[in-house]
Amino acid sequence: MYTAVMGFLGTVPAMPILNETIRNLYFHVTMWMAMMLLMVVNVIYGIKYLSNQKLYNDIVAEESAKIAMVFAVAGLLTGMLWANYTWGAPWVNDPQLNGVAATMLLYSAYFILRNAINDENKRGRLAAIYSIFAFIMMFVFIMVLPKMTDSLHPGKGGNPGFNKYDLDSNMRLVFYPAVIGWSLLGVWLMSLCVRIKKVEIKINN
Amino acid sequence: MNQIKNLFLHEVRLELKNKNSLTSLIVYAVSSIYITYLCYRQTIDVTTWNALYWIIMLFAATNAVAKSFLSESKGLQLYYYTLLAPRKVILAKTAYNTLLLICVGVINYICYSVLFETIISDRIQFFVGLILGSIGLSATLTLVSGIASRANNSSALIAILGFPLLLPLLLVILQFSKNAIDGLDWSLNQSNFILLTSLDGIIIILSYLLFPYLWRD
Repeated sequence: MYTAVMGFLGTVPAMPILNETIRNLYFHVTMWMAMMLLMVVNVIYGIKYLSNQKLYNDIVAEESAKIAMVFAVAGLLTGMLWANYTWGAPWVNDPQLNGVAATMLLYSAYFILRNAINDENKRGRLAAIYSIFAFIMMFVFIMVLPKMTDSLHPGKGGNPGFNKYDLDSNMRLVFYPAVIGWSLLGVWLMSLCVRIKKVEIKINN
Repeated sequence: MNQIKNLFLHEVRLELKNKNSLTSLIVYAVSSIYITYLCYRQTIDVTTWNALYWIIMLFAATNAVAKSFLSESKGLQLYYYTLLAPRKVILAKTAYNTLLLICVGVINYICYSVLFETIISDRIQFFVGLILGSIGLSATLTLVSGIASRANNSSALIAILGFPLLLPLLLVILQFSKNAIDGLDWSLNQSNFILLTSLDGIIIILSYLLFPYLWRD
């Protein structure tokens, strides 16, 4: 099923559209949505770990953060590629981009915190606390601030959203499954990593 | 409520008796300000003044709050644990750190006004921004230093964990105080003001909720 959705994404370049670069929409935006989903999973499992201290919740929290970082890097790279063609330079002084950079720093700090503690219980607890805080900050940074200031991104700070302008129903047909497809891909990768981690722990014991 | 006030007063009294951390903070801040003065030695524009002021506040804040949890020995922590509910501890510590940061902020401001002749147009707004910024900085850093004190007691960890969390807060503070220095009217700055107060509120509520999980040890 995942490969079928990936195949769907593959038919993107063949569709007739207004600007060529808008094709990147499927990759860039969908990756960010998948990342947000995984971050939400991270926070939920962090809260679960705080309430019942089962190791499984901690493993899921960690792996979802890892895959979310991978998606964030991919989203950043596709964004830079897109920006190079539409805005003229790979990195611009835009609040959304600053928010993304801050988010990467936040989650890198999350991983450093994880590495710094050896005791399993403590690690899970502290990491959960920090990740809840980090998620709220990230939400503020990515969603709230760009809407209030001027921004080059569409849909924020004075630019009309993509839906009104350029998306016709053909693209919409590809866009919505693409969102679901990338999100499911992310969840699948995460569950694979969780399974690997569980096996590793069993071997180590 | 009484307990929070008592703990807060206890910390203040401890600090006044043995002015250890206050003087070290002041020396740290003043020497950093003097170094920046030596870099420029002339009148600087508003953006730079604002940026330098808040960067030095940020580093002084990290130093100040690091001492609040790290300097407590194991015995004292156990004593606090048996005596007080954790939420009161964090509120009292946050309040104490806020007071400390406001003092450092005022001293920084005096030094900066003496060394650089940049004029601040709207002092009241600037000080309101200072108070709100200190609240936000100290709330975040108190929680982070609590986390770091549980994790091998390293002060580098506070900086690593704290700076990314402080980035959105700093952005809003910089915007607000730059508008204050430029002398913009209160109504124009209002969106920033609301943003700042709500950010402070979010941070305080979060640290209030999350701290008891940290305290169980």
